[in-house]
Amino acid sequence: MRLEWEIAKRGWRRYAAYPLATVAGMFTNTIFGFLQAYILLAVYRHRTSVGGYDSHDTLTYVWLVQALLMTVYAFGWQELALRVRDGSITSDLSRPLNAQRYWLAFDLGRAPYHFVFRGIVPFVVGALVFRLHYPNPIDGVVFLVSVLLAVVASLGFRFLYNLTAFWVLDVRGVMMVALTISLFFSGMIMPLTFFPTWLRELARALPFASFLQTPVDVWLGQYHAWELGLQVLWAAVLLALGQVVLRRATQRVVVQGG
Amino acid sequence: MVDAAFLWGRLVGAQIRSQAQYRVSLVLEILGAFLLSFIDFLAIVVIFHNTPRLAEWDVQEVAFLYALSSISFALTDLLIGHLDQFPQKIRDGNFDIMLVRPRGTLFQVLGSDFQMRRLGKAFQGAAVLAYALTVLHVHWTIARVAVLLISVPAGVVIFASVWVVFGCMAFWTTDGGEFTNAFTYGGNFLAQYPIDIYSAWLRRFLAYAVPLAFVCYFPALFVLGKHDPLGLPRALQVASPSVAIVTTLVAGCAWRFAVRHCRSAGG
Repeated sequence: MRLEWEIAKRGWRRYAAYPLATVAGMFTNTIFGFLQAYILLAVYRHRTSVGGYDSHDTLTYVWLVQALLMTVYAFGWQELALRVRDGSITSDLSRPLNAQRYWLAFDLGRAPYHFVFRGIVPFVVGALVFRLHYPNPIDGVVFLVSVLLAVVASLGFRFLYNLTAFWVLDVRGVMMVALTISLFFSGMIMPLTFFPTWLRELARALPFASFLQTPVDVWLGQYHAWELGLQVLWAAVLLALGQVVLRRATQRVVVQGG
Repeated sequence: MVDAAFLWGRLVGAQIRSQAQYRVSLVLEILGAFLLSFIDFLAIVVIFHNTPRLAEWDVQEVAFLYALSSISFALTDLLIGHLDQFPQKIRDGNFDIMLVRPRGTLFQVLGSDFQMRRLGKAFQGAAVLAYALTVLHVHWTIARVAVLLISVPAGVVIFASVWVVFGCMAFWTTDGGEFTNAFTYGGNFLAQYPIDIYSAWLRRFLAYAVPLAFVCYFPALFVLGKHDPLGLPRALQVASPSVAIVTTLVAGCAWRFAVRHCRSAGG
């Protein structure tokens, strides 16, 4: 655990090293938050509730998603894939620590940094302009647990699509597919509650709802305990799949040169 | 000018030929981008699943806005999307090399990375446009055809100018690249929806000051013969080409100013 703690600290520091990037990112999240807020508010000119969300729930949704986007790293992570491509993965594999455990620890150090520095400011701006929904203390604590589970599940997924770099030369295509599908079905583009029933059922059955929709529903107090169970399940399944694929991948690594 | 266009053609031509060497890969990438872009459009379909109209606009009209914005934005991305990687060029000193070459720096940046795969998104926009135009029953006049045809190049120039102006920030903040995204990707997102749904301050800032409303909102009002819900002068509906000229001048000045204040980051 001591080792993981040290790795996590480095995960935090890596991103803390670029404060200006953080400010720029906060600004961009805030602009997107406003755009999405007004687009979805226009829907409420004709009705008062969409799939159980009133307009305040939807606005809360919009700003929470902007706040959590970086925490769950929804826009794609390819550090591992790049290490596979340039061969430095071989030195990772020769370490006495499993590669997935390393990246999970690193990511659990990165996520709190993004949660605090990329999440709080856009949300506060949104909260100052719009009337939002706030959780009771219990839901607030469950929300934090749910965000943690979301980060682990999302790392599990990101780890998987990065591993494809062992088989394909250029992961760009794989990443494009992975990102488009995960962004849409996680509820980043549109709350899943807005989907027609069949599409919503499909989205709920996929792992991506665990990345964003579930934490937000917890914050809104519109959740069942099994949804957190589902997050645990997806985190476990994705991590286990990652281990299996990693083992298959390492069997076929050919190191050229020295 | 002719000389520059000729040289640009040769630079881009060479890149197209090199990308065409891997034909299957290129076709798959374009096709993939084409298909995946529909997920983007699905968001609009989902919205209209919940409401018959978004403010004064129905789904076909918003599809038209979406298509115009997507085509312009995708073509802009094709031409200068690699400006996103520009901060890296400053950081690693590659920009310094450009400074000593006998051509304008912006010209060199523009000709340096032409990715055919980005065409997929433009094709998708064209497909949505074709759909919108078949269901909309536009009452065509010569003026409307002209405004529609010119709105795409004008939109490309406006988007490209915005990209350059905010991309200039990289000269001062090499790790602030995400700031530009708010205006480029954010601009595309804004333009895909009718601007009358945004609140007044956001409209003033992102639709008029940064003139994104001229990419497709105003041309769309003219082509569709729609009454402007905001009640703005009709002249604005045909002003996109003039606005494009102004933004080009602004972008040119901004770039020149930025390069003059460029301090090399090493290399």
